[in-house]
Amino acid sequence: MEPSNLTAFECSSDADFSSLLPKESIERLLSTALRKGGDFAEVYAQRSSNMSISLDERKIRSGQVRISQGVGIRVISGEKTGYAYCDDFATENLLQAACVAAQVADGAGTEEPVRVSRQDVPSFYRSLLDPSEVSVETKAMLLKRANKAAYAFDHRIKQVQGALVFDDTEIMVANSEGLWVYDRQPLLRMTIFCLAKQGKESRGGFEGAGGRLGMEFFEQVSPEDIAREAARIAIVQLDSVPAPAGTMPVVIHGGWGGVLLHEAVGHGLEADAVRKKTSVYADRIGDKVSSPLCTLVDDGTIPCMRGTISIDDEGTPGQRTVLIENGVLKAYMTDRLNAGLLGLPLTGNGRRDNYQSIPIPRMTNFFLEAGQYDPEEVIKSVKRGIFVRNFSGGQVDTTSGNFVFTVTEGYLIEGGRVTSPIRDATLIGNGPEVLNKIEMVGSDLRFDRGTGTCGKAGQHVPVGLGMPTVKVSEITVGGTSA
Amino acid sequence: MLCGLAIVSMEYLEFAQDIVKAALHAGADEAEVYLQAGSDFEVLVRLGEVEQLTQASTKGLGLRIFADKRMAFASTTDFGKEAVADLVKTTVQLAKASNRDRFGGLPDVDQGTPCDLGLFDPAIAHLSVEKKIAMARAAEKAALEYDAKVTNSYGAEVSSGVGTCYLVNSRGIAYSSSGTSLSVWSAPVAEENGRRQIGTAYSCRRFLGEVDAPEEIGREAARRAIRKLGGRPVKTQKVPVVFDQSVGEELWGPIFSALDGDRVGKGVSFLKKKIGKQITSRIVRVIDDPLMPGGVGSMAFDGEGVITRRKVVIEDGVLQMYFYDARSARKYKTEPTGNARRSYSGIPHVAPTNFYLQPGNVSKEDIIRRIKSGLYVTETIGRGANIVTGDFSVGACGMWISEGELSYPVEEVTIAGNMLDMMLNIEEIANDIRFVSSVVSPTFKIAKMTVAGR
Repeated sequence: MEPSNLTAFECSSDADFSSLLPKESIERLLSTALRKGGDFAEVYAQRSSNMSISLDERKIRSGQVRISQGVGIRVISGEKTGYAYCDDFATENLLQAACVAAQVADGAGTEEPVRVSRQDVPSFYRSLLDPSEVSVETKAMLLKRANKAAYAFDHRIKQVQGALVFDDTEIMVANSEGLWVYDRQPLLRMTIFCLAKQGKESRGGFEGAGGRLGMEFFEQVSPEDIAREAARIAIVQLDSVPAPAGTMPVVIHGGWGGVLLHEAVGHGLEADAVRKKTSVYADRIGDKVSSPLCTLVDDGTIPCMRGTISIDDEGTPGQRTVLIENGVLKAYMTDRLNAGLLGLPLTGNGRRDNYQSIPIPRMTNFFLEAGQYDPEEVIKSVKRGIFVRNFSGGQVDTTSGNFVFTVTEGYLIEGGRVTSPIRDATLIGNGPEVLNKIEMVGSDLRFDRGTGTCGKAGQHVPVGLGMPTVKVSEITVGGTSA
Repeated sequence: MLCGLAIVSMEYLEFAQDIVKAALHAGADEAEVYLQAGSDFEVLVRLGEVEQLTQASTKGLGLRIFADKRMAFASTTDFGKEAVADLVKTTVQLAKASNRDRFGGLPDVDQGTPCDLGLFDPAIAHLSVEKKIAMARAAEKAALEYDAKVTNSYGAEVSSGVGTCYLVNSRGIAYSSSGTSLSVWSAPVAEENGRRQIGTAYSCRRFLGEVDAPEEIGREAARRAIRKLGGRPVKTQKVPVVFDQSVGEELWGPIFSALDGDRVGKGVSFLKKKIGKQITSRIVRVIDDPLMPGGVGSMAFDGEGVITRRKVVIEDGVLQMYFYDARSARKYKTEPTGNARRSYSGIPHVAPTNFYLQPGNVSKEDIIRRIKSGLYVTETIGRGANIVTGDFSVGACGMWISEGELSYPVEEVTIAGNMLDMMLNIEEIANDIRFVSSVVSPTFKIAKMTVAGR
């Protein structure tokens, strides 16, 4: 999927808006939430259905459905946030939650009326063929096709496990400033794990794909493709040699490779860490913070990508924000609380795991813009180093800037050529330092295939990643072969 | 009178039984309901002020059925009549798409009754909001006042939970268990020469009286932040590595996963075919004890209703057992080990209860004193354990040991090795275990690992 200009799909109907909570209830809850004099109140209602099918030992193991619904009520008073949530929609329970959240403010007790008015927002995703209208058997068939393709890929494939997950989430956000918005967010993904065996050696390979769309996704990306990629990785790994240990040049393949920048810089540009001055990027707008080859963007509007949001979980429309332009820090990603306290614009990054969680600044689809180098040329420029093609994930300590990511498919580069596959290794670096060591940026911007989930403060949200082929002049590779 | 939600509600028990009956009526051969209800509280204090305060009561239930040996599962937080009727219908319908699984089904009844492990503390259930705020304030204050180098704070958090779970199935089981928990967390930031470091410390217990003093948690977090200041990478080399008790889980967590009988049976574990074999050095003894009184991971019955028991997993370095749930036990012709864990929104899966490395007799200081040159790891970053191959590689920070002394802080390095080699080379085990989560270990020393740095 390529980033494009805003592609807006049709808006939601009146019935959708009121399906979670009627307008009168919303207004009454907001008014109650401000009875102690808070500055801001918000009602967030959510109804999600999650359907998953799993395949193991060549069989469909189980179908599972999870229905979760609830309302979160937030009151902000200065820097203080009061939050209460409730897993049913009964008026008396909701009013009680509003009273609990209200207590964060300690002013006088008057209830002023609050009015909200409906606002339509463009949608950046849609489900052409709604998964709920397709039988479980038809969905299960997709996994069976993947299973067959994986075993057919190579006789050394000995185990295949797969999962297919469909989320359908409706959210409604209303606040004391009169905002009232609704969104329905489809999300699907297929993941396949393959085990390859040769003699005494066993290796695993993992691949997945998905996005914010309906069953038509599987016409663009076939289950067979996903399965064959997982099988390919497992087979390649059978011949892997111990990873080297020490600092060396690293070339990172695009797409999932974006996890490098998500960890190295993305989290440090989230406004909560900036406000608390716990980020290495706090108070640095206008500073040169990276190699001039880097332009980093967070874009919640890329059609149908996993991290795309038509509105964030505070009702702010999804946006494209240039965070670093040619090496210069331009903007931070904000939520309401931190934007307000820092005097920054809202960027549509106030996200939450579910109605039980307070929104915090989070990335949507985070990527590095393409550069000018031919990817082949990037690899050729390295005498001795490693080429990283796949990762299982990463982590960052935003205070020190130290971050890691774990390589699951990597190769040695010897004399400008990609040679032996290497065993799993963690790469470690310091975010601000690594950004300055980006020496070459390829012309091949690629996005991940839609399986990423980011965890922060115990909250998990779907995200997208993008990156062209990149060369970092020096990074520490945590192998065993010194 | 206890806090309303903490006592076992006969209404919920009957409600769960009615759902089981409805599922059987709708065509299930076997049915099981797991229901949870409780209340959660969380307060974050930052720079002396309450920054976030969250309170809620929560509930949810999951229905698992087997029909014609086909499994399906559905969960909901909506206990309304219509929602529950839908849930039963959906589940029965879903089962039709699954393949027959001859190993599927609820655990066989043989059982007896689960004992009361005393996991509920009325003092936590009754702890006032003001008192919890005061505890968070005290933790943060102690951290900020510990040293002038502590200049900032992510805050200090106190969270508490009170809840009851109910497990009812069509084989006649109707169990319930109530529990409480309280945790205190502190995360100050220390600064020196323009570089900042965060330190964190926490305590989580089921009884108020067992939670460490908030001030001590704050001071420990401050010590950890200050200790990291001025850290630097070392040269790439192979040296002894000491895992502090606070990072032991990074190795023992993946080891538990590799002992899951189902993974082992499928060959996707580096610890397959190891029963009766030496997998660690002789000094290692590993226990999984669900019956530990007041333990964070204690449970008298597991998520499928199997009565739990204490197990010695590794004795004198020799592997004694793998972990099985009802299905994998049937498949591999053995008994379930009582390790099926779950929440209302998921099917049971094999998980640790209180899984720990038995402490040794020496102090951490003595272990360090006997090392000429090595790394003492106090924090790790990333998850770099491959359960299939045993490859282990994570980011680390800590202190460099030279001539038996902690000499300078180390950061931005990785430690790597193969987990089986690491386990076989555990040379010393300290006496400093803290039971603050489901997987814990005292400080231990591994003879040699690759430390990658500059």
